[in-house]
Amino acid sequence: MSEVRTLVIDGHDVAATADQTVLSAARENGIHIPTLCHLQGLSDIGACRLCMVELEGSPRLVASCVTRVEEGMRVTTVSERLNAYRRRVVEMFFLERNHVCAVCVANGSCELQGAARDLGLDHFELAPLHPEVAVDATHERFVLDQNRCILCSRCVRVCAEVEGAHTWDIQGRGADARLVSDLGTPWGSSTTCTSCGKCVQVCPTGALFEKGRSVAEPKARRPYLPYLVDHSRA
Amino acid sequence: MSEISIEPVTRIEGHARITIFLDEKGEVRDAHFHVTQVRGFERIAQGRPVHEMPALMARICGICPVSHLIASAKACDEVLGVAVPPVAVRLRRVMNLAQIVQSHALSFFHLSSPDLLLGFASPPQSRNLAGVLGRAPELARDGIALRRFGQEIIERLGGKRVHPAWVVPGGVSAPLQPEQRDAILAAVPDARARAQRTLDWFKANLADWAEEAARFGNFPSLYMGLVHPNGNAAYSDGDLRIIDAHGERLVDRGDPRRYQDYFGESVEPWSYLKSAYYKPLGYPDGLYRVGPLARLNLVDQLGTEAADQELAEYRGRLGRYPSSSFHYHWARLIEVLHGIDMVEELLADPEILGTDVRARAAVNRTEGVGVSEAPRGTLFHHYRVDSDGIVQWVNLVIATGHNNLAMNKAVAQVARHYVKGPDVEEGALNRVEAVIRTYDPCLSCSTHAVGQMPMLVDLVGPDGSLVRSLRKD
Repeated sequence: MSEVRTLVIDGHDVAATADQTVLSAARENGIHIPTLCHLQGLSDIGACRLCMVELEGSPRLVASCVTRVEEGMRVTTVSERLNAYRRRVVEMFFLERNHVCAVCVANGSCELQGAARDLGLDHFELAPLHPEVAVDATHERFVLDQNRCILCSRCVRVCAEVEGAHTWDIQGRGADARLVSDLGTPWGSSTTCTSCGKCVQVCPTGALFEKGRSVAEPKARRPYLPYLVDHSRA
Repeated sequence: MSEISIEPVTRIEGHARITIFLDEKGEVRDAHFHVTQVRGFERIAQGRPVHEMPALMARICGICPVSHLIASAKACDEVLGVAVPPVAVRLRRVMNLAQIVQSHALSFFHLSSPDLLLGFASPPQSRNLAGVLGRAPELARDGIALRRFGQEIIERLGGKRVHPAWVVPGGVSAPLQPEQRDAILAAVPDARARAQRTLDWFKANLADWAEEAARFGNFPSLYMGLVHPNGNAAYSDGDLRIIDAHGERLVDRGDPRRYQDYFGESVEPWSYLKSAYYKPLGYPDGLYRVGPLARLNLVDQLGTEAADQELAEYRGRLGRYPSSSFHYHWARLIEVLHGIDMVEELLADPEILGTDVRARAAVNRTEGVGVSEAPRGTLFHHYRVDSDGIVQWVNLVIATGHNNLAMNKAVAQVARHYVKGPDVEEGALNRVEAVIRTYDPCLSCSTHAVGQMPMLVDLVGPDGSLVRSLRKD
């Protein structure tokens, strides 16, 4: 049993164990912090930068999903600075690839779309990149559409940490980073993929989807995935 | 010595321009209908999964997305190699009929009735639906109500009025609920009364438009469309029939998949819109028309009682094969009545509530052709995919492309009669536009535009110089 720490989040006194993250402590106390790459039950990597919070005494923002609670910490989760930061992050997700909600399988159930709506992102200020990226439909049951991938790596982690197959990885850096199966072979010829579909279940957008699904025909959304959730914390 | 330009052409769906070429005496030598927009959906679709096609292709047009949905889904049905459940076939039919009713209402009431009611040369400021509302409020309200009738059916079936994603490869995504069926059926009597009232008004005033009827694209041509094997009108299914001006069947029970055997497409440098022609007669002699006028000429009967009575009167007054494009209007109104009655007939069958509405399959073929009758005429979607179901190649042949040669001929005919020299009156130029409106061209679809419906007319002299240009927004 870890030691207990006390901290203040948005003016509320909060108690948490020393191994908890700021995000986890906030959520346990009903304080909402937006996330995209975080998924309860998977390791956290601080990739999406949506869960950034302000710490008193620190000039820089920190990712709450990978920051441990500390005694006496004073955390702010809502501010104009944070909102502007998060909006810009989501804007850049949209502009980095080709997200066309109107014809997307995840329309209406997409977490990226939801984040944009919650943050009031109603137009883009930056220029889109419009990269030419591939659709991999070689798998018998599933499709990977790189146009809709935000590189959150939930699929990478669920495949490695839960299924134990480690089919997925992220290859390349920056704007050239791509989700790849089996170090760059088409998904359909992957020798590690077990076709379990966990990656499809955890994908926050329409990047991974079941073949044959049409527009706005999302997978069944469950409140949680039983094989992921740490029930002691749920 | 001159050229008259009408740009933009107004009250049509898309961006267009008309150029009228004059000779030394100021007489009209020729005229061109230019479509000045390009969209490129055939390219956009490449690389996308085939299951996405119906919803993606529906985005071609906000007026008749349903026609694209159906043609696209039928092409996908072929790629999957599935038999669509009969209930889904009928539900698709209901939605397509609803779309024809609402689109025809838009064309007739919102776009063309101002010319018919207020006069082709009436002041352009009030020559619009608001002007119609002022002069004949009942007529305008009937138009709005009929459009709503069609749109609400689409919403009740597909969840939204524009771009419903309900039509999917293999069928439809959800069965019809009894309360939705009841609500649609409850709206039928009112819609039918409004359609009948408009038909009666049109027939009573037909004599007033005798001059336009005689000159608005009045020429012999071939006609093409889908016909049910029993000779009834077919909008979502059926076989291809092509007849000549005297009703001789050049193609009967033709397989839509063989469309490339029947017609070719030619490209002119002055328009983004391709011109389709009947192959055996070549370009440009293989001119044919599609849409309401063509369909009424093609079918033996429509297949519902009240509409067939109207069809009999139409044929009684105009002859068996009316050749003036002006009669697209009347044909359109009869199709509205037929559409309403067919919706009622299809929904009256309790089996329409069946829940087996979708066949599922992986990609089993690498090519598929889908066809439907859009409000404006026959619509073809042709896809080639790879074995993973990724679209490699798309060809779309749209109603307005079929009608392009006929529209150009009609524009020249009207211009020759009404345009004498460069000092031409606005009312004459409006007639040039109005003949285009009879075809209800959808330029958004046919060039695969964004925005409103402007039109430009250029008058060009024999030396090629622009004499006059008329722009309307």
